[in-house]
Amino acid sequence: MGKYNVTIGLEMHCEVSKTNSKVFSSARNEYSDLANSNIRPIDMGFPGTLPVLNKECVRMSLMMSEVLHCRQPEYVYFERKNYYYPDMPKNFQITQNPPEDCVGMNGYLDIIRDDNTTFRVGIDNIHLEEDAASMNHLYDTSTIDYNRAGVPLLELVTEPCIKSADDAVSFLEYMRTIYQYCNISEADTKKGQIRCDVNISISDNEELGTKVEIKNVNSFGGVHDAIVYEIKRQSELKDAGRYDEVEQETRRWDEESGTTIRMRSKVDAIDYKYFVEPNIPRYKVSKEWLEEIRKSIPELPYERKDNYITKYGLSDYDATILVKDKNISDYFEKCLELGIDAKIACNWVDVNIVGYLNKNEMDIIDFYLTPEMLKFIIDNMNSGTISSKQAKEVFFKVLEEEKEPKNFISKENAQISDASELESIIEEILKNNENQVNEYKNGKTNLFDYFVGQVMKNTRGKANPVITKELLHKKLD
Amino acid sequence: MKYMNLSITELHEKLKNGEVTSEELVKESLELSHKVQDKCNAFVTILDDAKGGNVTDDLLSGIPYGVKDNYSLKGVLSTGSSNTLKDYVPFFTATAVANLAKHGAIVVNKTAMDEFGMGGTGTTGHTGIQKNPWDVTRMCAGSSSGSAAAVASGVYPYALGSDTGDSIRKPAAYCGIVGYKPTYGMISRYGLFAFASSLDHCGVLTRSVRDAAIVVDGMKGIDKYDMTTWDSSNIHLNDNLTNDVKGKKLFYIKELCDIENYKDATDELKTHLENFKETIKKCESLGITVEGVSIDSKLLNAIPSTYVVVSCAEATSNMSNLTGLIFGPRGEGSNYIEMMKDHRTKGFSPLIKRRFIIGSYVLQSENQDRYFKNAQRVRRLIVDKVKELFKEYDGLIMPVGTGVAKHLDGSKDILKSDTAALEDHLQIGNFGGFPSITIPNGFIDNLPVGINITGNCYDDQNVLNIAYALEGTMNYKGQIAGGDK
Repeated sequence: MGKYNVTIGLEMHCEVSKTNSKVFSSARNEYSDLANSNIRPIDMGFPGTLPVLNKECVRMSLMMSEVLHCRQPEYVYFERKNYYYPDMPKNFQITQNPPEDCVGMNGYLDIIRDDNTTFRVGIDNIHLEEDAASMNHLYDTSTIDYNRAGVPLLELVTEPCIKSADDAVSFLEYMRTIYQYCNISEADTKKGQIRCDVNISISDNEELGTKVEIKNVNSFGGVHDAIVYEIKRQSELKDAGRYDEVEQETRRWDEESGTTIRMRSKVDAIDYKYFVEPNIPRYKVSKEWLEEIRKSIPELPYERKDNYITKYGLSDYDATILVKDKNISDYFEKCLELGIDAKIACNWVDVNIVGYLNKNEMDIIDFYLTPEMLKFIIDNMNSGTISSKQAKEVFFKVLEEEKEPKNFISKENAQISDASELESIIEEILKNNENQVNEYKNGKTNLFDYFVGQVMKNTRGKANPVITKELLHKKLD
Repeated sequence: MKYMNLSITELHEKLKNGEVTSEELVKESLELSHKVQDKCNAFVTILDDAKGGNVTDDLLSGIPYGVKDNYSLKGVLSTGSSNTLKDYVPFFTATAVANLAKHGAIVVNKTAMDEFGMGGTGTTGHTGIQKNPWDVTRMCAGSSSGSAAAVASGVYPYALGSDTGDSIRKPAAYCGIVGYKPTYGMISRYGLFAFASSLDHCGVLTRSVRDAAIVVDGMKGIDKYDMTTWDSSNIHLNDNLTNDVKGKKLFYIKELCDIENYKDATDELKTHLENFKETIKKCESLGITVEGVSIDSKLLNAIPSTYVVVSCAEATSNMSNLTGLIFGPRGEGSNYIEMMKDHRTKGFSPLIKRRFIIGSYVLQSENQDRYFKNAQRVRRLIVDKVKELFKEYDGLIMPVGTGVAKHLDGSKDILKSDTAALEDHLQIGNFGGFPSITIPNGFIDNLPVGINITGNCYDDQNVLNIAYALEGTMNYKGQIAGGDK
């Protein structure tokens, strides 16, 4: 990618969506269309309210800390980050303040690229904090929805060690699946559950160049494009001998124009006046609890993928598609549990199901056709009741009408596998095609497919092809 | 017949035997409230529609009391004596008040205070100054000024206070009554407007040690809304109150109690320290050993500044929620920043603004280590030193302040810098979260003075027992300002 060394560091904020309540508030942690419905007095900063730490959030944070090979703190505690903004009615955010102890410090994660090469991302820290309210800026007014205020947020900070936009996206995508696999978050960018800041610099030697921060990039596509744009912008300035114009500053990604726009210089950085939150006593992290958490880490996507390849003989490509979304992978495993052959199940999931989901921009959780229904269809195909072509038709009928597959597999359209029935049909056809029969017998054997076609035509495709061929050979040879 | 000058146990007996009804007590308390309002300006709100309640076997049932205005009370104006919350009516009740309600206690007024508890004079609240019922030209001290004035005037047997530096224990001394803040976390702070969270305590002002024990028994308890609370269900302060304190050991800080250490000491200070010595003798007559202990003067002299730095820093952050946007009177301006500035500029008294500036300054990244972190280190050193002494002693006994209540017209008081540590040593109790109680121990020129006993964390019973026994050797229990008891 060009002549300069590119160095990228990422800050990935992921909302924890799988807890019942918020991180320091007993309000429900649940996305709601009804604004300001999941709130308690503390979420609006009413006088006399106090934060109460949600232990489940700490457990999940420590699990992520383990997954990222981080060092865990002896005590969990929190700090106040003080600044005035209407999305945070207390006007301070309860967070952690690395390099002071936080839930995870100094870890790493190995990432496999699409071409199967790997790279390591250093993790500076991962820390737990509360999210702010969401704001909507209209023409002459702004609205605030406090439902999001106090929602647990995990902020992961990588070391400046990523070398390209593609690697950055590979890392983020893998992190997203980890959050899903660990049942910590849906990690849905469409719901705004993941937000990224990107730090980027270029250099023509070993030293790091001037770091530019791009704030609040809300999609992985955006991360990719923002990095590419920023490398180009900085490189062009450097090429032109104007690298001193690259300033240590904060910019934002403007999706519409596909550019980054200056927000403020680092010189104007806010002094957050951090200090330890006095209302949350230090919480001792016991060895036993950490061990328990460590043991409860589920199988992660790369492990699953290896299993699929070695145990079931799936291709790397197929296995990669399966594990990319935990729910799809779970669907596949349910199919195996029901006794569907791994390769057949994989084929159905990867081709038909994933294809359908992508086309309809759907999540598999909302997918009507259950693994049990899929098994029913495949069983009928295997027993010869329906052809593979019919199986596909039934599959789409089920989705279209949202009715059980048995409604579409009936006697009427069932495959004809009854040998005597087929025999009489074949005899009839041979009788009506005497010329072709003679030609065949004189050596024009490629007419065999013609007879098969006639049988299919006669039965409107319902004849069992295997039995049909068997019978034809018997009659003709 | 007047009842409100009686103790809780006396009132309970009269309620039980039908001599008086709860309704009559509430009526009397409300009438007295209006009188004391005229005399001392002790209240922000008098709940004229308060009703009597059921009388059960619970000592607190049916008896009226007052609540400091920084406790949230559902449906009742709760201002913290600040213009920033002058119309604020909470929609939830502070846990401590809710606990007392479960015991059948009846709130009859909200007492005035220094704005948000940030003051020691009772002169900075938005409804004006509180006057000392013993001498209305003098202050009550603060910040629980209204509660102290009301209890000392006999409006009811007790009122709630809060204590961040000495805000219960100093007004108690100036008003000749008892002020007790138990160990940090024994009473939930949920619903109490925060001043400095690591120093804030709930507590009570009463006219006897037993009443203080009864009320705190009713207020305390672990609370799922306050993580700093702890389970005290096995502690029954009133049931275990005893005056058998033989063999207990107390210490006082030698340097602070020796009149020789104050150049040009006033007669008042001399009398105050003489009186303290007399009280020590009374302790000894109870079989308590009392010893003078030296503490490094560097540490003692650092107490006031350590307190200022820690409390102002936490306060400036805690009170950032007061913007007038979600609650409180909305400021004027064309955007939220201007509105917020307008609200805070108009709403806060100059004293508070000064403290916010100090708090902000000591937290700035370039100053934080020098001021805030150092203050935390010194706090730790002071607490460690006192805890070390608590291994050997049951408690610290000290005179409260340098004498009697100061004049409201400050020009009449002579202030000397060498008495700063004597004036402010009660802050040690907040640094360590120690249980600490002030009881009256005499008069100087017809004005009350007090003595304080502070013990180790979770050792509330011991502290109360010593105070209870000592109270029994003196004649000030249950006294009413200007009263005949």
